[in-house]
Amino acid sequence: MTGEGFAHERKLAAWNIGIAIVALIIGSWFGPLQLFEHAGLDLYKYLAPGIASYYQGLTLHAVLNALIWTTFFIVGFTTLAVTYTLKRPLRYPWVNTLALILMVVGLLLAAVPLLLNMATVLYTFYPPMKADPLFYIGLTLVVVGSWVAGYGFYFTLHAWRKENPGVRTPFLAFATILNMVMWQIATLGVAAEILGLLLPWSFGLLKGVDTELARTLFWWTGHPLVYFWLLPAYASWYGMLPKQAGGKLFSDTLARLAFWLFLLFSLPVGLHHQYVDPGVPPGWKYLHAVLTLTVALPSLMTAFTVVASLEMGARARGGKGLFGWILKLPWKDPSYAAQNLAMILFAFGGIGGITNASYNVNLVIHNTIWVPGHLHLTVASGVTLTFIGILWWLLPHLTGKKLFSPKLALAQAWTWFFGMILMSNSLHLLGLHFGVPRRTALGAAPYNMPEWRPFQIEAAIGGAILFVSLILFIIVVVGTVFASKPVEKPVEMPVAEALEDPQLTPAWLDRWRPWLAFVAILMIIAYGPLLYQLISAGQFVSPGFKVW
Amino acid sequence: MTTEHLHIDPAEKRWIQVSILVLVIFAVAVGLTGFVMGFQVPLPEQRVDPALITQEGPFAEPGLRELAPGKYEAYILSQIWSFVPNEIRVPQGATVTFYVTSKDVQHGFHIQGTNVNVQVLPGYVGKMTYRFDKPGTYYFFCTEYCGLGHQAMYGRVIVEP
Ligand code: HEM
Ligand SMILES: [Cu+2]
Repeated sequence: MTGEGFAHERKLAAWNIGIAIVALIIGSWFGPLQLFEHAGLDLYKYLAPGIASYYQGLTLHAVLNALIWTTFFIVGFTTLAVTYTLKRPLRYPWVNTLALILMVVGLLLAAVPLLLNMATVLYTFYPPMKADPLFYIGLTLVVVGSWVAGYGFYFTLHAWRKENPGVRTPFLAFATILNMVMWQIATLGVAAEILGLLLPWSFGLLKGVDTELARTLFWWTGHPLVYFWLLPAYASWYGMLPKQAGGKLFSDTLARLAFWLFLLFSLPVGLHHQYVDPGVPPGWKYLHAVLTLTVALPSLMTAFTVVASLEMGARARGGKGLFGWILKLPWKDPSYAAQNLAMILFAFGGIGGITNASYNVNLVIHNTIWVPGHLHLTVASGVTLTFIGILWWLLPHLTGKKLFSPKLALAQAWTWFFGMILMSNSLHLLGLHFGVPRRTALGAAPYNMPEWRPFQIEAAIGGAILFVSLILFIIVVVGTVFASKPVEKPVEMPVAEALEDPQLTPAWLDRWRPWLAFVAILMIIAYGPLLYQLISAGQFVSPGFKVW
Repeated sequence: MTTEHLHIDPAEKRWIQVSILVLVIFAVAVGLTGFVMGFQVPLPEQRVDPALITQEGPFAEPGLRELAPGKYEAYILSQIWSFVPNEIRVPQGATVTFYVTSKDVQHGFHIQGTNVNVQVLPGYVGKMTYRFDKPGTYYFFCTEYCGLGHQAMYGRVIVEP
């Protein structure tokens, strides 16, 4: 997949991914600052008045990293994965161009209040904290832009299916488009929250909001959001990494089945973020707990298939023994190594995730700093380090320039790995043993206790290592784009073959309508009666507050 | 084989079966401990109007009330950036039912080392009960970002031997 004849697609991808990288670089560096602050080294005083507080920094950190870096990267990556594997350009290129414009305008609009400290509401923007209307408008445009990008992909798939009757959709196109479909359904919640409640309220048309209704709509989106980040990483692990390791996709059938299960079960689970909410009856919470445990199943399937695929590659490269083959994986290839390290961290994140999901067990760690400990193993490592690994073939592919320094890129991956281990280990323990709260400038907290210090120092050391990792990341990216030599032969997108001909995969795994109908039924069951109850008993009484 | 079929490797099939079994066990376990043994998450209690709570109802005079020997209820009002009251004293073995709500933005109420953990929402009252069997100081921190002074918002339950 050399990308020849895909000039427009490459340009779109380059813009999306370029913006994503800038967001990651700006957003991430607040991370170490936060850890230093907890350990007693407050660097925010040097940032004032540009950055007014820990909380403005934290808002920027999560919005730029978790919302902007991920969404732009995913749209860019999906553009290439879809068109290259379908071997056809976008059906309506202008649709995807429009999508990019909407997303960029949204980002710029939201950036104004974020940078002016007029939207220091964290990335969850829970009412009745009230941000400047521009913040809500900007976010909405980013989301709508990502919908439009999705439509561009659906049109393209539709055209391809007409041109190729009876042919199974190539796995990577299938997986990345499924992710966009899931996202479309997922974001209906936050769209309803913003358009129905927050925007009219921030313009003064609505006197108050109902906080529980707003939270429930937010988490309708908030949990599948994490699967929106994760599924493209999984697509790379299933559909690209085996090729990079010299193997094949172990089971095309189960890979597709896993993705369908994700479509079904990553959506009706939002209430597992609301176990401690006072306005949701326990039966609903428990239903979502059970559905959440169900969505662990396709992840467990993924673990098996991906490890089996990589093992095949390693054995083909001469690997032997029960575990000895692991050494024969292409550890020297930074693109591979980053993604494999990402997987290892993600596996621990998954185990912690089952704890979080477990209904009453959640009471022990809910809203403690255990949670950022968890989410840095998942989104900030499993996903982000995978995307970084993808960049190490994608940047040479797009720019025609060699990866600037494979050694530094490898060092970037390993420093990220060890930095995150130190940080997340100590955050988990602080949350579990001491109930240390999250989202808190702990260095300034009167209750910060001496027993917490050793852990906070461990985390800050992790933060310092991550800071180094970030600098390495910047060097490799900037070096590749601006200072590297041209590649001798074009770098291609890696696409793994399946062990078995995909044509043998049952046709029901390549049909959309029945699965979408099933999604609709599940969502109506999981949310219908509850939302009806919350809306009909809604009390729109909370006026807005600006408390930062 | 040349026709389409759902092919699953035997080892993978076993893996999937074991995975399902483990997940079912988890689901049943949390269901039983929650709904039968009473390790329950916060239950919906009542609605209030955040504009009126400081004037009428139990939150007009928040604090601890003894219902019977060893049985208490505690009304805790959350506001930027303090809990009212921020200290309560009970004897060892006391069972306390906490009622919490907010008069402004969202807050969090989590008593260190216990299962008492409630998202505090204006307009809603959260309720949780706990028996303090060990003497000592139990801190509660505000666990939801509530603005610039969030890190200063905390209180304690002192359990006297
Ligand atoms: C350079 C490495 C990073 C470090 C050292 C770091 C550190 C931290 C810390 C200490 C917190 C907790 C702050 C608090 O609760 O008060 C946090 C929150 C968070 N981080 Fe990171 N982070 C890093 C990279 C990332 C990346 C790459 C992502 C996502 C792609 C990310 C997403 C988040 C999110 C979503 C939160 C939660 C924000 C909230 O509670 O509102 N972080 N980070
Ligand atoms: Cu608070």
